[in-house]
Amino acid sequence: MFPCPKELKTHYDVVIIGAGGHGLAAAYYLARDHGITDVAVLERNYLGSGGTGRNTAIIRANYLTAEGVKFYDESLRLFQDLSTDLDLNLFFSRRGHFTLAHSEATLRTMRWRAEVNKHLGVDSELVGPEVIRQQCPLLDFTCGGHMSVLGALYHPPGAIARHDAVAWGYGRAASQRGVEIHQQTEVTGIRVRSGRVVGIETSKGLVETGKVLSAVAGYTPRVTDMVGIRTPLEIHPLQACVTEPLKPWLDCIIVSANLHLYVSQSSRGELVMGAALDPYELHATRSTLDFVEGLAGNLVGLFPFLADVKILRQWAGLADMTPDFSPIMGKTAVSGFYLDSGWGTWGFKATPICGKTMAETIANDQPHPLIIPFRLSRFEEYELVGEKGAAAVGH
Amino acid sequence: MKLMRCPINGWRPIQEFSYGGSLRSMPPPQESSDQQWADYVFHRSGAAAVKKEWWCHLASGVWFIAERNTFTDKILRTYLFQENSNHE
Repeated sequence: MFPCPKELKTHYDVVIIGAGGHGLAAAYYLARDHGITDVAVLERNYLGSGGTGRNTAIIRANYLTAEGVKFYDESLRLFQDLSTDLDLNLFFSRRGHFTLAHSEATLRTMRWRAEVNKHLGVDSELVGPEVIRQQCPLLDFTCGGHMSVLGALYHPPGAIARHDAVAWGYGRAASQRGVEIHQQTEVTGIRVRSGRVVGIETSKGLVETGKVLSAVAGYTPRVTDMVGIRTPLEIHPLQACVTEPLKPWLDCIIVSANLHLYVSQSSRGELVMGAALDPYELHATRSTLDFVEGLAGNLVGLFPFLADVKILRQWAGLADMTPDFSPIMGKTAVSGFYLDSGWGTWGFKATPICGKTMAETIANDQPHPLIIPFRLSRFEEYELVGEKGAAAVGH
Repeated sequence: MKLMRCPINGWRPIQEFSYGGSLRSMPPPQESSDQQWADYVFHRSGAAAVKKEWWCHLASGVWFIAERNTFTDKILRTYLFQENSNHE
């Protein structure tokens, strides 16, 4: 899809670590919106090999905090014409998103989210079982008799897209504008002099640069260690799986806040599913039987007819979790070192807006207004953004 | 099945245990600056390493320390907490 240069140049205006959706989107908007094309994107593995290709591809904006809702809503807006923008079919498909509530307490949280969303112009509504039944007639509303579905937060703009294609599209479009993408190129160190970034050490040699963006999600701590920055990030695996392909029967996206389950049907017919984070820190993308067993139990509770359907494959990605379920973005204490991290379980849907806001932040050396609440220094300033609309939060 | 050794109850399935976060020393609350306190409350050594962690055997309520490699998930040692031992 694009040329793969063998050699690194000795200098770039900007070096981006991580050729996932976020890093490539930042490269694309740097080139398109700011005319900065002397950019290298370095990837230790292959393009899109991290969180970009491991998430469950859900796009939504029905968060709880004003900061979160505005940010993800802008991302959803960018996703809507991204296929045209990148000239690649991303299989962006608007489905409608239901977050089921199985308890009164959850219903209250859903109402809270719906009101915040509506206030900020995002299409969300608290609905009863009859509306859910119209769109998802095969759902067992008693959930096997132990967790009755009382209602749901309904978010009509909720969508899915082909996640790999998002990375490919941004990569190709950035490359066409002069950005170099170097796969199989590992960053081994970052050179800092008098509090400023001056260069980056890689497995293919030393590169001079004054600006480095780290967009490596689950691998962020090892990069921040290179520049001596402390963060609250803790890495947990997040697992997912797909079933064998079925005839289309599930149009909407179904999430259960209480059961920690999310499921949608891809354009290939597979059910794409995820559940809660693994319960302890681990830097490995291994899969467990515990995960698939727990998920299958909850899935069959909601859809008993799926009991005989086979799981086709399962995998894991590394989620860089923050204490307030919000990202860490923007400038840092080291001049010229920018962070796009803290993507936990919510990174894919933010891909376009992250690229756009980080590109502007790097070009102007000033944080984009949308990401100021997500700055790293918020922890020292005790100004957290409690994002309880994140998928990792139980209600 | 993954097993962990509880210092009191011996080898038990990992599902019987709950992770309690890494073992860290609290700076004196009255004498710390806001920044030092925020560093203690929020910041973590996030990179993979052999770490000392709090774990609880849920069935018996025993809290203890495990030394675990967070890259390979190999549990190296488990023992009861001792006030004077060195930690981060």
